[in-house]
Amino acid sequence: MFFYKLKNSVLLSGILYSFLFVICSNSYSSVETPKVISSTADHTKFEILQKKFATGPDVTKACLSCHTEASNQLHKTKHWNWTFTNPDTGQEVGKKSIINNYCLSINKNYARCTSCHIGYGWKDKNFDFTSQENVDCLVCHDTTDTYKKFPTAAGHPNYKDKAFPKGSKKIWKAPDLSLIAQNVGKSRRKNCGACHFYGGGGDGVKHGDLDSSMTNPDKHLDVHMGVDGLNFTCSECHTADGHDVKGSRYNIVAKDTHGIDVPGRDDHSRATCESCHGMTPHPETINNKINDHTDKVACVTCHIPTYARGGVDTKMWWDWSSAGKKDADGKLIKMKNDKGQVTYFSKKGTFTWGQNLVPEYDWLSGNIKYKQLDEKIDPTQVVALNTFSGSYNDPDARIWPFKIMRGKQPYDKGNSTLALLHLFGKDKEAYWKSYNWNSAIKSAMDEAQANYSGEYGFIETTLHWPLAHMVAPKEQSLSCDECHSKDGRLANLTDFYLPGRDKNDWLDLFGWLACHIGYSGRSFTSWFNTLFLCEKKE
Amino acid sequence: MSQVVMYNTFERLWHWTLAVLILILLFTGFNIHGTYQVFSFEQAVNVHIVTSWLLMGLLVFIIFWHMTTGEWKQYIPSSTNKLIAVMKYYAIDIFMGGGHPHHKTRKEKLNPMQRMAYLSLHVAITPVIWISGLLYLYYPYWDNIGLGSLSLGIVALVHTAAAFVLVAFLIVHLYLALTTSEEPLGHLKAMITGYEKE
Repeated sequence: MFFYKLKNSVLLSGILYSFLFVICSNSYSSVETPKVISSTADHTKFEILQKKFATGPDVTKACLSCHTEASNQLHKTKHWNWTFTNPDTGQEVGKKSIINNYCLSINKNYARCTSCHIGYGWKDKNFDFTSQENVDCLVCHDTTDTYKKFPTAAGHPNYKDKAFPKGSKKIWKAPDLSLIAQNVGKSRRKNCGACHFYGGGGDGVKHGDLDSSMTNPDKHLDVHMGVDGLNFTCSECHTADGHDVKGSRYNIVAKDTHGIDVPGRDDHSRATCESCHGMTPHPETINNKINDHTDKVACVTCHIPTYARGGVDTKMWWDWSSAGKKDADGKLIKMKNDKGQVTYFSKKGTFTWGQNLVPEYDWLSGNIKYKQLDEKIDPTQVVALNTFSGSYNDPDARIWPFKIMRGKQPYDKGNSTLALLHLFGKDKEAYWKSYNWNSAIKSAMDEAQANYSGEYGFIETTLHWPLAHMVAPKEQSLSCDECHSKDGRLANLTDFYLPGRDKNDWLDLFGWLACHIGYSGRSFTSWFNTLFLCEKKE
Repeated sequence: MSQVVMYNTFERLWHWTLAVLILILLFTGFNIHGTYQVFSFEQAVNVHIVTSWLLMGLLVFIIFWHMTTGEWKQYIPSSTNKLIAVMKYYAIDIFMGGGHPHHKTRKEKLNPMQRMAYLSLHVAITPVIWISGLLYLYYPYWDNIGLGSLSLGIVALVHTAAAFVLVAFLIVHLYLALTTSEEPLGHLKAMITGYEKE
């Protein structure tokens, strides 16, 4: 009763205060409001930033004059090195070495791929990873939305107005580096999204749960990041300590048994749902079954009902084997669907797209491995570019949702290994210049010092992307029937008994048969009884 | 032949409460089993769990009643000869018009076959249903009680099998209760009003 009263009085005073606040702020709004920043430094006041900057590295030098350790910190991160040794598997992963089924790999394609590197000038394999001034501060800390890395300039922005694609009318304005340097701040969704929303060469292509619709999502698209709700930035969960951002799918935490993170005690990462919500996040009722699920079902499995929900399509299929066709005049062919999405392009092959997609599900405990270039593959099968451990009996595993990217890509037929592809570049080996598979593969394989047999073919591959974003409000989470039914979402996961889906057919047969015999047998005696017994009575 | 109180108030109350709860449990149970989808899985599970706790509570009262009133003695098996006589009746005489060898009284409500049937219901089927059901409900905690190697499939199988036995039992029970009294629907009336001829 006391607490009830207390609650009421707090509520009442809250309403009164907010009323007062509205009155005050209304009278205040007629006066010019000064710009309030939460930082203790106003970067417009720094003399070193009040000048023209010729290049990105010049800006970085100015940043480093105060933030002396920033580059040293970044030099230790995945964002800089694009390589990471998975402590669980010992495997060397990261963009520097892994092979995907989009543009396959960065080898010999550096200047194009590294437009998403947090540095300047990674145009070939000789890039100096110890350079302090080549760290790009602005791409993550610009708050003016005017800083853009040029798509083909190895991580540099364009310093003069320039057309892209080359020869087109789309002019990329050279950003005002001085203005941007004076307006740096904490990373916002847009900063992270500049790369992470456009991976794979375009909006939404790669992840499925990350695309430009997440820049300013509503809460129905993402309950945490929704601008009409909690308005989280990425770093609210992907916390960073010394510029090292937590939460990576290379060694994903499939089940965070730490539960709610307590400062000073836990893993200093909020990049799992459990870090804030714990392992029993649902209100306890007499039916506590939903909390009972957290041991075997990842939160996102129920709370991401579909992905690519924000109106941006994600790429689902990429068939390189059909690339290279030209029309009668020898020109490149580009075909689009009704929505204006490219479905065929001579440079890249055939695509299919999708949005509002139902994820595919699998057990995941970790141990994520990427197929290495020197690993043998079975070309008669669909090749999984990444694999992971997990099963019903694995206590660390839970059912996770995935986008599975599928496609066909070139491989080394002679050696039965994956292949690399030199796509981008001015040299004639580049596929996008000569459209010669053999020389493009050889050139990229040579770069990686891999042995190429000289014979190529095409294989079908899969790439699993665990989904963790586009978490819907609780009202839109999956109903039980989505899985607890015949042909439900978990129809393919058959290594366990799932109520509502599974039954013993023999038991059902005998059970119903027994009931039926009981029923008809009794009906028979009843009928017999009525007919003969009653007659006799009469 | 005189009218007596065959079933007292509490007996009738628990019988009908039990009947309703068991019907709800069977209906929602086979909904969960996937036999039909009248309710959503969640609704069916909600109702099934709530009803099962109500039933467990009721059973405590019923057992207490049986123990304190001595009614449990009604389930003590009778002599083999009597049992054979009743079996002969249901196999042959019921068709030929012979009389029932058992005379239902307040003290001996159940004939020898019913005694066997209800006794096996109480000591075999009911415990199987409740033990398998509680295990099913608390499957994440099996490790804590040293049953980590148990499989949900087996528990579900046992629980479902017991449910089938219960359905079969119910069918036979309904048949006997509704059709075998001397006065049409006499047993049913007795279970509603309490009165029946002795």
